[in-house]
Parts: sequence; C-alpha cells; structure tokens
Amino acid sequence: MTGGVSYNFAYLDEQSKRTIRRAILKAIAIPGYQVPFPSREMPMPYGWGTGGVQVTASILGPHDVLKVIDQGADDTTNAVSIRQFFARTAGVRTTTHTSEASIIQTRHRIPEAPLAEGQIIVYQVPIPEPLRFLEPRESETRQMHALEDYGLMHVKLYEDIARHGHIATAYAYPVMVEARYLMDPSPTPKFDNPKMHMSPALQLFGAGREQRIYALPPYTRVVSLDFDDHPFARTRFEQPCALCGARDTYLDEVVTDDSGGRMFVCSDTDYCQGRRTAAPGREAHDERR
Amino acid sequence: MDPTDTALVRVTGVAKTFVMHLRAGATLPVLREVSFEVHAGECVVLDGPSGVGKSCILKMIFGNYRIDAGSILVRQGQQWTDVARASPRDLLRLRQCVIGYISQFLRTIPRVGALEVVAQSARDHGLEAASARARAADLLGRLAIPERLWQLPPATFSGGEQQRINIARGFVAMHPVLLLDEPTASLDQKNRAAVVEFIRHRKRAGTALVGIFHDEDVKRQVADRSIDVSRFRA
Amino acid sequence: MSAGEEALLTAAGLTKLYGARIGCVDVSLDLYAGEVLAVVGESGSGKSTLLSLLATQLRPTHGRIRYRMRDGVVRDLFALGEAERRFLLRTDWGFVHQDARLGLRMGVSAGGNVGERLMAVGWRNYGSIRGEALDWLARVEIETGRIDDLPTTFSGGMRQRLQIAKNMVTAPRLVFMDEPTGGLDVSVQARLLDLMRGLVADHGLAVVIVTHDLAVARLLSHRLIVMRHGRVIETGLTDQVLDDPREPYTQLLVSADLRG
Repeated sequence: MTGGVSYNFAYLDEQSKRTIRRAILKAIAIPGYQVPFPSREMPMPYGWGTGGVQVTASILGPHDVLKVIDQGADDTTNAVSIRQFFARTAGVRTTTHTSEASIIQTRHRIPEAPLAEGQIIVYQVPIPEPLRFLEPRESETRQMHALEDYGLMHVKLYEDIARHGHIATAYAYPVMVEARYLMDPSPTPKFDNPKMHMSPALQLFGAGREQRIYALPPYTRVVSLDFDDHPFARTRFEQPCALCGARDTYLDEVVTDDSGGRMFVCSDTDYCQGRRTAAPGREAHDERR
Repeated sequence: MDPTDTALVRVTGVAKTFVMHLRAGATLPVLREVSFEVHAGECVVLDGPSGVGKSCILKMIFGNYRIDAGSILVRQGQQWTDVARASPRDLLRLRQCVIGYISQFLRTIPRVGALEVVAQSARDHGLEAASARARAADLLGRLAIPERLWQLPPATFSGGEQQRINIARGFVAMHPVLLLDEPTASLDQKNRAAVVEFIRHRKRAGTALVGIFHDEDVKRQVADRSIDVSRFRA
Repeated sequence: MSAGEEALLTAAGLTKLYGARIGCVDVSLDLYAGEVLAVVGESGSGKSTLLSLLATQLRPTHGRIRYRMRDGVVRDLFALGEAERRFLLRTDWGFVHQDARLGLRMGVSAGGNVGERLMAVGWRNYGSIRGEALDWLARVEIETGRIDDLPTTFSGGMRQRLQIAKNMVTAPRLVFMDEPTGGLDVSVQARLLDLMRGLVADHGLAVVIVTHDLAVARLLSHRLIVMRHGRVIETGLTDQVLDDPREPYTQLLVSADLRG
C-alpha cells in the first residue's frame, strides 16, 4: 500500500482508548454486566468484529503478542484481515500459537488449549443481550438484569424441550455469572461453555454495533442454565479428528469432494497442528483412547 | 336482652320513597311508618292490593332495597343487627347465615345445573359438599323435578320448574329467617302442597317466616298472622 | 357482628391528575378475601385509571393504598421497592387484560405461558413445571393436548382462559380484571364468568373487575362501585345498586342496560 499515512498506535486515538478502558474496568468490576460504551468508527463494517477490535485496540501494548482466530482458524479471511490490521497499526508481534499469545481475539470459538494467567481473550459479540429475542424492549431487559428477573430465559429453554425434547440451543448458550448476571457467551458453541468457568485468563466481550462491553475476570464462576431433569450436557462427537485423532475437541465438518465425501477435523487449527507436530502418526494410537 | 323475646325480625318506622331522576326527579312514596315483628316459629303473611308495597317490604328486610327511615333489626343468636345500617360485608354475612329469600323470579346463572344451583345455596350456608348435594337432591325430589333435569341449567326450564328450583334453593339451607315472595305462583296442586309442608316443617324448627301468597288456600294453611300493608301506604 | 377480619386492600383518597385533566378523584374502597368488587362506568369514567392505580401500574397524584402481604404485614404499596412490587405482581396478584395479547406471550406455547411465573420464582424441574401447566389448562377447560400450541392458534375465549391459568398458577390472592369479556360471544362470556366464579369460591380469591357490562357485574360481583367523570357516584352491594339505584346517573345506567 502506498503510504504517507501514519496511524496512532493500534488505530484508535488515546482518548477513545481511555474511554473504552474505563468501560472495560467497570465491566471487570461487575462480571457479566453489559457496560455501554461509545463505539467508534472502525475501518470495517458493523458485523465484522468492530467491538472486539476496539477492545483489543484499547488494551494492546507494544510488547503484546496477538493471535486472531475466526471459528477456531487463524487462516480465514477475517482472522487474517484483523491480524494484519494490528500488525500494520500497532506493529505488534502476531502468532498462530495459543500458548505464545498474550491477547487472543476470537470470533465464535474458544481455543482448545487451556488459557493461562496473564492471557486475555477478546470475544466478538453480535448481540450482547441474552434476552433480546424474547423481550425486544431494551428498557425491559435492563430492568430484568437490575432485578435479577430471569424467569423468561428458562421459558426459552422450556420451549426448546417442549418442541425438541431437549434444550436445542447449540451456541450462544446462556450462562449465569457468579450467580448474579445472565450473560450471552457470544456465538461460541455450547461445547465451549465449560471453558469459561474459572478460567485463569481475563475474558473480555465487545459488541461494536450494540455498543456494549462485558467481562469475566479470572476465576469467575460461570454456570450454564438448565433444568434439574434436563441438565446441561456438552456436545459429544461420534468420531475423532480425522487429522490428529483428538477425541475431546470441537470438530468442523469439511466437505472433501462433490460426491458427499466429508471428514471431521478440529476447528482449532493451531491445536490440531500442534498435536500432529508433537506426535506424527498419533491418529493410530488415539483410536484406542 | 329479654330472655322471653322470641322475635327474630323487628321492623320499626320504616319508610321508602323512590326518586325517579329519569322522570325529572318525580318522587314515588311507597311506604311509611312500617312496624311489625316476626317471631320464631311463626309465619306472618303480608296482605294488600297489588302494588301497595308487599314485595318492597321483603326486599327491604333482605337489604336489597335501601330504606329512607326507621330500622330493620334481625337477630342472630343474641345479637341484633340493623340491616339498614349494616356494612356491605356484614349484610352479605347476614344473608349467608340468617336471612333466606325466595324471590318471585329465578335469576339463573348460565351453565350451572339445577342440582348445583340448590347445592351451592346449602354450601354457602355452611353445609359441606356431600350433605349439600344430598339435601338438594331430596328437595328436588319432593318438588317433583325429574333427575334427568338435575344437570341441566334451569334457564331452559318452564316457569313452574324454575319456580320449584327457586323454592328448593331457598329451603335447602336452614336460615332462621325466611322471606317468601309468592312461592306458589306457578305451581300445581301437588307442588303447592309440598311447599305448604316445607313451611310447616320450618315453623316447627323455629324459623321466622314472612310471606306473600296469592293463593287463599295456601295462605289459610300457613298463616299465623296477617298484616295489611295498606295501613302503611305513604 | 363483624368478625374483625382485616381488609386485604384499602385505598384511601386515590386521585390521579394529568395536569388539569382528571383521571380519578378521591376514590376510597376496601376489599376483602373472597369477594368480587366490580367497578362500572362508561368510557372516560376513570374506572380503568382506578384499576391501574390499584395494580400499581400508575402512581397516584394523591392517596394511598395499603395491602396485607402474605406474611400478614400491611404495607403501603407505593413505598415498596421495585423488586418487591414486581414480585408481588408475579406471585400474589394476577392481571387479566381485555386484550389477551397484553397478558400473554404470543410467541410462547400455552405451557410456556402458564409455566413462566413458576420459572420466575425459581422452579427448575421441567417435569414439575409441565405437570402444573397441564393441571391448570385442564382447570380452565383448555384441552391439554394444546399445551405446546401457540396462543395465536387459540380463539378469543381460550386466550382469556389461558390468561387466567397463567395468573392462577402462583395462587394469587388478588386478581385484577380489565373488561375480560370484551369482544367475546355471549356463550363464551358465560363460560369465562363461570370459571371465575368457581375460582373465587374455591380459592377465596379477591377480584377487582372493571366492566361496562352490568350483566357481568351482576353475575360475578358481590359489591359494586359506579364511576363517572373520575368520581365514585354510588356504591353498595351489587343487587342493591342495580335493583335500587339512588343516584341519577346510576338510574340512567341501569335503565339503559338492555339485558337488565
């Protein structure tokens, strides 16, 4: 690209970053509570992760190492764009390895490798309000959060069971944070919900279009909603990853040819790669695990 | 309180005037200085020409019509209550426990069967469900209402049948005071006789009855005293 | 002779003004368990305003409402915190709207609608919630096979009965009804009123019902308040007011009623 244009570190001006950091601090102080913030114009349309990008921009420092994933993969268009965006405007080191990153921005997945203290994961959130589709009025949902008035969420789960025999919500599965706030974990699969519970990492959530930030400080209790007689159950896959043999990761279905051929592989490309590099031929061993 | 006083109803100086605002406030005085007593075990008959105010007196004792002067004392146990000055709640309780009223017309509640209409009245008076139904069935039997009608709402019954439901409803509970407004009007000989028997039975049980009867024969059989209401004409 | 039983709800001097416009003025009443109080009047009489005040949907300009809570303590309703007020509305009270769409969630199944209050107060067993919903649907004479159907597929009468079931599931002691029979066929009305009578008798419910239909008042209520231009014109036992109306307006109202 022809240059001459220089950006402030990580694109946003310092005042904006300060405002957003204040919102982040408030969010951390009240786990699961949606803090309004003034969303800035970013060089990408709404719906493409502007919330996550603003959060990352506000916390990024020159010594940070950034990983960006989209649906678990580092190499999709969106992930690549955002990673390059920060490489260009902040000059920070980027990586595809989860364990090397200090900040991980993600769309719709949590990495398989457990996160450590000192790491920050930033989620991109489209609709922050878990009750939105049941109660369209913002004034009402705010009251419901204020008064811990969450019966309606269980109504949704009840409807699922009545209609499908089980709770059909597969992603963005609602959770209770510290037994106080009802939270939408962003459109991550419910498979990932348990990873949010008591995580050593700081978890930040940014919704750019809806202008909300929320957070889970390290070691926060996060419990998925359910009924006594229909407890929360993680998705189980019938087969292991076709590439690395892992049996406990979230799998993507990949179409391999035009005649219906497909295979299931780890959605977390870094994790899958790591397993294959560490133990070539691992597949065969894992069959019996 | 006088232990020899067996009066259950004491009407004193009662007056009633209707003000018809829809006719430019025209007043229609009906009754004045109505005074009489009714004692336990007696049946007092209200006599007089049509329109003189006989039904009006019954309605005032029941608290359905309000009065313009005087008092209507009704006794329950050792306590006297003035119907005219009772609170709505107390009046409702009085009607439930003390004063029964058999009006001329049966106001029917849609969808409630005949037996239930009567049993309900008994339950309101304090009878438990099974006894209430049993008594209701007994009375309907005595009034020759066939069983096949018991589950049907009385709105579809003939005038005579409705009147008999009305009577059963009035007699099923043991109110100490019973007001009857032309109870035998649409009844045949046999059913009139049944009603006379009911009244006699209640007199023996110590009920104070006040009634309006057009049938001279029935009147003769049940009346202990007669009051000519025309003397109270306003 | 009064048993000294305490009133469930006592309103004193309720007034609602919108600037110079009058919603209602100086209304006082009390309500006891097991009784039905009808508030009648024509459009603009203030009856709906009164109902909204009693149900704490509106705040009065003047006046007070005291309510005897389940624990026996009498509280000033407008001094309650918002959380407390909502809890009351959801558990101890019911509100049946004229338009069922205001009282139901049309996008939620009948069972979900009935179970909502239970879930709101912490019921977490799907089987129990569904069982309770089936029970109440049967009691309001809605075919239990329709438990998973949406209210959009229900007739007007069924929607009203569903509203009632939805409210009754937490055993409220006081139910507010705003023209619940409006727009329903006569036979459907009869069925609904019959259901209400049964619930009042069986559960010792107190009901405040707003209606312009005197026949409904006569059928259902023990006591009656007649309102006009925001004021109480006449009050007494229902049969007293309808059979022996004293005020000019009441006489007009009664004479105009086609069914008597």
